[in-house]
Amino acid sequence: MNDTHHAPARLLVVDDNKVNRLLLTRSLELQGHTVASAPNGRVALEMLKDGAFDLLLLDMEMPEMNGFEVLEQLAADRALRDLPVIVTSSLEGLGNVVRCIELGAEDYLAKPVNAVLLKARIGASLEKKRLRDQQKELVRRFATPEVAQDLQQSGFALAGRRVRGSVLFCDIRDFTALVESQPPEETIELLNTFYTLMFDAISGNGGVVNQMIGDGLMAIFGAPLPLADHAGAAVRAAVEMVELIDLLGNERREAGRAAVRVGIGIATGEMVAGYTGTQQRATYTCIGDTVNLAARLEQHTKVALRAILVDADTCAELGDRVAVERLGPVAFRGKALPVEVFAVTCGAAAAPATRAS
Amino acid sequence: MAAPAIDRAAFAELQATAGADFVRELVDTFLEEAPPMLAELGEAHAAGSAEAFRRAAHSLKSNASTFGAATLAAMARELELQGLAAATPASLAALARQYDAAAVELKALRDE
Repeated sequence: MNDTHHAPARLLVVDDNKVNRLLLTRSLELQGHTVASAPNGRVALEMLKDGAFDLLLLDMEMPEMNGFEVLEQLAADRALRDLPVIVTSSLEGLGNVVRCIELGAEDYLAKPVNAVLLKARIGASLEKKRLRDQQKELVRRFATPEVAQDLQQSGFALAGRRVRGSVLFCDIRDFTALVESQPPEETIELLNTFYTLMFDAISGNGGVVNQMIGDGLMAIFGAPLPLADHAGAAVRAAVEMVELIDLLGNERREAGRAAVRVGIGIATGEMVAGYTGTQQRATYTCIGDTVNLAARLEQHTKVALRAILVDADTCAELGDRVAVERLGPVAFRGKALPVEVFAVTCGAAAAPATRAS
Repeated sequence: MAAPAIDRAAFAELQATAGADFVRELVDTFLEEAPPMLAELGEAHAAGSAEAFRRAAHSLKSNASTFGAATLAAMARELELQGLAAATPASLAALARQYDAAAVELKALRDE
């Protein structure tokens, strides 16, 4: 997984400042990518129209055509709107970051850009692009007039299929209190660190993050590509996530900041996987009872005061490999029957998920 | 003795991630690009052009932090955030002096 993550790609760096442009180009070349650069948005758009690029690294503050205008033009261009964009800027103010993301930027990195974060973000963006390209290829291959007509008549969503896999939900505990206790810039920094660590644990174990929801995320193990031991992989990722968050918590405590805790829910079973969304914005996702159950389990970590909760199917596939404690049946909203809930008790996950507050 | 204008740890990290030879070239680029930025800042101040002033301060801040010129970066950031109206000939002169100090240290580090 990591190999496909960091496969060399063709990148375009756009920055009016020569020092920034040279340095970013150099960092990316050292990571093995092929890099071209442009001094402003207008030149960048011309280059994008001429050549195939996998990813755009975009500065915001530029003469002639600034980054916001570039994002607007990309969104309006059929051929370019799927191109992932990472904004690299030292713009002041959370409002500007939000505006970039609303205009379709995939990620935001503050300057000076940290090389480790840069590598992680580029890996995540390229992985997402790879999935999108795969999907497009699938559509191209199957979209003969006959097949298209057949799909339409049979009423199936294109590439929506039944798979068996594991779903993981993760969320930062007491996020609201955390937000109120620190400046917004620190919250964004914390979220960026959180996502980087979580992406790493998940993709390192063969999972795919398909949704980021405020202070939480959803990941799938076993789709779009089959994964032999999806339940084991999901639990391994979860244990790693809790360990990483513990490390982050220690660092923050030393810096006099509030610690961070997460709750994780995992469920295993059948689900329907495919692309959903609109022309402008589509996402690979899974739907079904398994997904709902994983979300409920994640919520239940607040009640059970455990970091990681899993369902019976996940537990059955784990066998003796991971220590779990049976917490007994719990009645969840939307479920007719009570559901058996298990807590993962190995490693850092043995500690309570949250302090009663 | 005054505090160093360049944070040695930040500069060493830049060298470690980008390569010492490359950083030598990058320092030269900065030493070429920064004086026009400072000049632009002064011209924008004299002409009352707030947007040009903010942009020049922004670029200077960004580059200064790249090389670990923390004080210079902080001063440029103040100018960027507070804008043209809050700047005085004295604050611009202080910025220019801080740049000179950073440039001297950067040249020394480059030639080490």
